[in-house]
Amino acid sequence: MMQLPCPLCGPRDEWEFACGGTTHISRPDLQASDAAWGEYLFFRDNPRGVHLERWRHTFGCGNWFNIARHTVTHEVLAVYGMGEPPPAHLRSERS
Amino acid sequence: MRYSALALVRGALAAHRNWTPAWRSPEPKRAYDIVIVGAGGHGLAAAYYLARNHGIRNVAVLERGWLGGGNTGRNTTVVRSNYLYPESARLYDFALKLYEGLSRELNFNIMLSQRGHIMLAHSRHDLESIARWANAMHMNGIQAELLNREQVGELIPALDMSPQARYPVLGGFMQRRGGTARHDAVAWGYARAADALGVDIIQNCEVTGFAKAASGAVTGIETSLGRIQATRVGIAVAGHSSVLARLAGFQLPVTSYALQAMVTEPVKPALDKVVISPGTGAYVSQSDKGEMVIGGGLDLFPSYAQRGSFAVLQSVVAATLAIFPSFSRLRLMRQWAGIVDVVHDSSPILGPTPVPGLYINCGWGTGGFKAIPAGGWLLAHVLATGRNHELAEPFQLERFVSGRLIDEAAASGIAH
Ligand SMILES: Cc1cc2nc3c(=O)[nH]c(=O)nc-3n(C[C@H](O)[C@H](O)[C@H](O)COP(=O)(O)OP(=O)(O)OC[C@H]3O[C@@H](n4cnc5c(N)ncnc54)[C@H](O)[C@@H]3O)c2cc1C
Ligand SMILES: [Zn+2]
Repeated sequence: MMQLPCPLCGPRDEWEFACGGTTHISRPDLQASDAAWGEYLFFRDNPRGVHLERWRHTFGCGNWFNIARHTVTHEVLAVYGMGEPPPAHLRSERS
Repeated sequence: MRYSALALVRGALAAHRNWTPAWRSPEPKRAYDIVIVGAGGHGLAAAYYLARNHGIRNVAVLERGWLGGGNTGRNTTVVRSNYLYPESARLYDFALKLYEGLSRELNFNIMLSQRGHIMLAHSRHDLESIARWANAMHMNGIQAELLNREQVGELIPALDMSPQARYPVLGGFMQRRGGTARHDAVAWGYARAADALGVDIIQNCEVTGFAKAASGAVTGIETSLGRIQATRVGIAVAGHSSVLARLAGFQLPVTSYALQAMVTEPVKPALDKVVISPGTGAYVSQSDKGEMVIGGGLDLFPSYAQRGSFAVLQSVVAATLAIFPSFSRLRLMRQWAGIVDVVHDSSPILGPTPVPGLYINCGWGTGGFKAIPAGGWLLAHVLATGRNHELAEPFQLERFVSGRLIDEAAASGIAH
């Protein structure tokens, strides 16, 4: 079973967690065009490769955190806090 | 070669040495009128309908692996048209009607078995929502029958109807025209029929990029077998749609997830309906070989791995055994996953993309096998004419900007 590293509890089995999807998405201001708003709500990079995403240790401590995970190997490449930027060497993977 | 009972007899007399391959394996030409990326059911059906409905035969289908090796060969083969909104009901019922005539049309037995598709209700809330659902189907002109607890028990004797059942069955509803079809046969049947009309199906040919004119319009495709010219290109790659879109320079409102399925060892006939229990998270049918074919929900994190997570496998098996306790001694023979293209409203995207000349068929997510004849028909229509077929009109990419979503999440089977 896949294990994820909760920053507070350490590695735990996948079923204790809920994936919150792509992270680092910020809401445009309310004057945004329909296109910008649609992009914010729906359009995603959905990479076949490194994905920056947030998870919650729902059935554990309840903490939200960010990880960089490879979507083919499922390998977790970095773990970092909700307000933090992704590690510099992984940032280029984002478009 | 036409397949028939007579051909079988002739084959038997010739010690079955007379059979020829069902399709060619041609070298790609330098240019085609139209190229389709992805030889799943949707891509192959599109190629067939281009030739059959529009007379366009200078067509290639490019496939990275082997034809039908994606979700078309990995799904649980359920066909039905029990959707909630008129746009979807029209689309999926058009597909089901084409399926009803397909074995004859393709001269290939797709083993359509309209054995009835039954949705179970386990709570008062479930009862209310299936009543709403069946009513919506009636409004859309599609047959549906509400069933009480006794009727469900009679139709599905293997269900646990005992007073101590962990998830009591309170009722259900059935679409009689729903059922299953042989998934590989759908891919093979369309491939053989398209090939016979002159379509080149090129396997082991991965699309790696797009060539564009200064105007931004597509002019060709880069592949692992070299460049191929084409000014009209259709993409039907399911879970890999975002990858192709990225190569072409745009984004889609798609997230790729693994969806898994599994089969037990074969046993004698014990279940002659398709049974889905959204409340517990499993659905089951019995294949002609006798295997129990079991599916459930998505592995709920983005993945391109084509292997199912053990956590979900466990919960799907637990749900199956909760409703069918007598299956507990069966051994699971195989478990696998396909990468599905999930969009926010669980409805497909069928039409032009931001790149002129490039059209897409995607977003079927967990439920596009049942739609293959329609998806192919509509992609062929827009590729041939440059205009959307009216059935495809509501399913444009543009709805994710206008907000006019067609939210079929509730009808897509197991919640996701
Ligand atoms: C486990 C599971 C169960 C399911 N159960 C059902 C069900 O019961 N009923 C139902 O209606 N639907 C079901 N589905 C969904 C259904 O299988 C799909 O929606 C449908 O098969 C999609 O068909 P397709 O032709 O679009 O994609 P696919 O069959 O996946 O074909 C896409 C093809 O594109 C190829 N490709 C990808 N990238 C490239 C590239 N760069 N170059 C060239 N080729 C490429 C792939 O190799 C693949 O062969 C299920 C799916 C899964 C995974
Ligand atoms: Zn924790």
